[in-house]
Amino acid sequence: MSILLDRESKVIVQGITGKIARFHTKDMIEYGTNVVGGVVPGKGGETVEGVPVFNTVKEAVEATGANSSLVFVPPPFAADSIMEAADAGIKYCVCITDGIPAQDMIRVKRYMYRYPKDKRMILTGPNCAGTISPGKALLGIMPGHIYLPGTVGIIGRSGTLGYEAAAQLKELGLGVSTSVGIGGDPINGSSFKDILEWFEEDPETEVIAMIGEIGGPQEAEAADYIKNHVTKPVVAYVAGLTAPKGRTMGHAGAIISAFGESASEKVEILSAAGVTVAENPAVIGETIASVMKKNAA
Amino acid sequence: MDIHEYQAKEVLSNFGVTVPPGALAYSPEQAAYRARELGGDKWIVKAQVHAGGRGKAGGVKLCNSEAEIYEATENLFGKKLVTHQTGPEGKGIYRVYVEGAVQIAREIYLGFVLDRSSQRVMIVASSEGGMEIEEISAERPESIVRSIVEPAVGLQDFQAREIAFQLGIEPAMTQQMVRTLKGCYQAFSELDATMVEINPLVVTSDNRVIALDAKMTFDDNALFRHPQIAELRDKSQEDPREARAADRGLSYVGLEGNIGCIVNGAGLAMATMDTIKLAGGEPANFLDIGGGATPERVAKAFRLVMSDSNVQAVLVNIFAGINRCDWVAEGVCQALKEVDVDVPVVVRLAGTNVEEGQKILAQSGLPLIRATSLIEAAERAVGAWKNDLDQNTRVRAVK
Repeated sequence: MSILLDRESKVIVQGITGKIARFHTKDMIEYGTNVVGGVVPGKGGETVEGVPVFNTVKEAVEATGANSSLVFVPPPFAADSIMEAADAGIKYCVCITDGIPAQDMIRVKRYMYRYPKDKRMILTGPNCAGTISPGKALLGIMPGHIYLPGTVGIIGRSGTLGYEAAAQLKELGLGVSTSVGIGGDPINGSSFKDILEWFEEDPETEVIAMIGEIGGPQEAEAADYIKNHVTKPVVAYVAGLTAPKGRTMGHAGAIISAFGESASEKVEILSAAGVTVAENPAVIGETIASVMKKNAA
Repeated sequence: MDIHEYQAKEVLSNFGVTVPPGALAYSPEQAAYRARELGGDKWIVKAQVHAGGRGKAGGVKLCNSEAEIYEATENLFGKKLVTHQTGPEGKGIYRVYVEGAVQIAREIYLGFVLDRSSQRVMIVASSEGGMEIEEISAERPESIVRSIVEPAVGLQDFQAREIAFQLGIEPAMTQQMVRTLKGCYQAFSELDATMVEINPLVVTSDNRVIALDAKMTFDDNALFRHPQIAELRDKSQEDPREARAADRGLSYVGLEGNIGCIVNGAGLAMATMDTIKLAGGEPANFLDIGGGATPERVAKAFRLVMSDSNVQAVLVNIFAGINRCDWVAEGVCQALKEVDVDVPVVVRLAGTNVEEGQKILAQSGLPLIRATSLIEAAERAVGAWKNDLDQNTRVRAVK
């Protein structure tokens, strides 16, 4: 199984003719992802990395049966591209773009709500590294070789910190069912809670790892959900214990502006919900391993 | 991006929000002249700095004559105003705003923010204006009124009326309140603000609703489509090092410690700072050089970190994904040859081609300290700093 993405996912890349998008399209195909096409308005008919380019997402879906999309479009146009995917019947969309205006994302989310829940596209990101179901498919920019296939479900806001966690797991011989980047922006497609729901239902996922950071209410909302609805063990790490209040730490969303948004407050809230918290980033892997051992016993 | 009060007032008044008559001055003479132009016999002189809490810090003065204005502004210009929001270094006063005083009957707090729970714009208002919103939520939480705006249609009249009645605004002034609320929302959404705060919004004794103060913050990611707002940027109010970093595409936040950090990715950068603390040190900065750690970026990062005189050791932590460790290692070596770094440097590489990367570092002949894990890197950086501190205090004392 794995969640959101597997071998059967038919993927299109929006903005495929850009230099970086081309590079990652090649990388995704080499990993085994079923990339069936790309979309760039006005470039329909061209071919990139052996896949056809279409003018619109609708045309791409009609011609290829695509159900997943990776958005690699520059910030001023990215929101429009996400809405185009939602309207064309794409089921799962990952947006990599960093720097989308917050109010554009408010409009995107409002637009997606016009579809009934069973027809509504799932969006992860923007400003994320993507999603990978190791050994099956990669929809993003992460280095595939640092992930072993396995039973740990990862949800994270940060790209390289997520890599750090996956690499620590690999070192211990532990693998990942799916790793989902939800991104560092204040208004994002899916929250920790949204992805927790998926992992709770996924028979291949044994333990869930949340990699959070300062800013925003989503870790606390996840804690509340875990307390009442999640039966699988959850491990968390929250970055930014040394981050000062009121300053944006790189990610647009990483700013402590209200109670419950600092790392220490989030750690407290998550611990109270029964989550095992890794005390520092060097022991994320070990903490997950020990929770899995306890769970198996 | 933050703007000054006088700029925010001008922006908001273009959207139908009433503000007191006022004028900007760059010198005491000009301030006194502005008061004469404005007329009346009572004025408020306000230091224009990008921070709240100006009143308590002595940046706002009530004056009864031109002579008083001259004296008050003479004491403000060129000074650093230290408020609870500026940090101990304060912010320089280079402009003052002169306003005619108004007779206040009551004060209201009004704020518009991006609410991350509902992922929409939220209006926060309170009948306890004049206090900071943090104080209000601690001391008078029941006075706070919240309302979330549906983005497809914007703020509706009924919502604005509800807020007005909940705040206990006299029926005769409801329309003025509705106009103020809708004007603020329109400015917020059309100009891509992330925060609008009017504190206080006052009802005057002659029944007018007036914004006595105004603060606006704009979404940096949307400035490309608002050149007229981007022009309002005042670099004198920014930390020079952070501004320089931003101009070079690096994300930097200066801190109090002495171990400089160079990391790719914001989450990993915060995690690295946390690990330094765990190892017994204090980070000197947050620095995210972005996903692709090119040699040019690493060199820029070293220059930036070394421009902080408190830095006594540097920790480089790069997780190379798509860009390989060998390439990153070459970049680090090249940067260290270009930039004069006279403190210990610890380099930790992880990810793709890590062995080749380590080999390049080892063979470079540069005095680098290598580490494989995050915790080892932090411990070595802290160790090197402490060790170096002992030696250096001697060396520097001799010099």
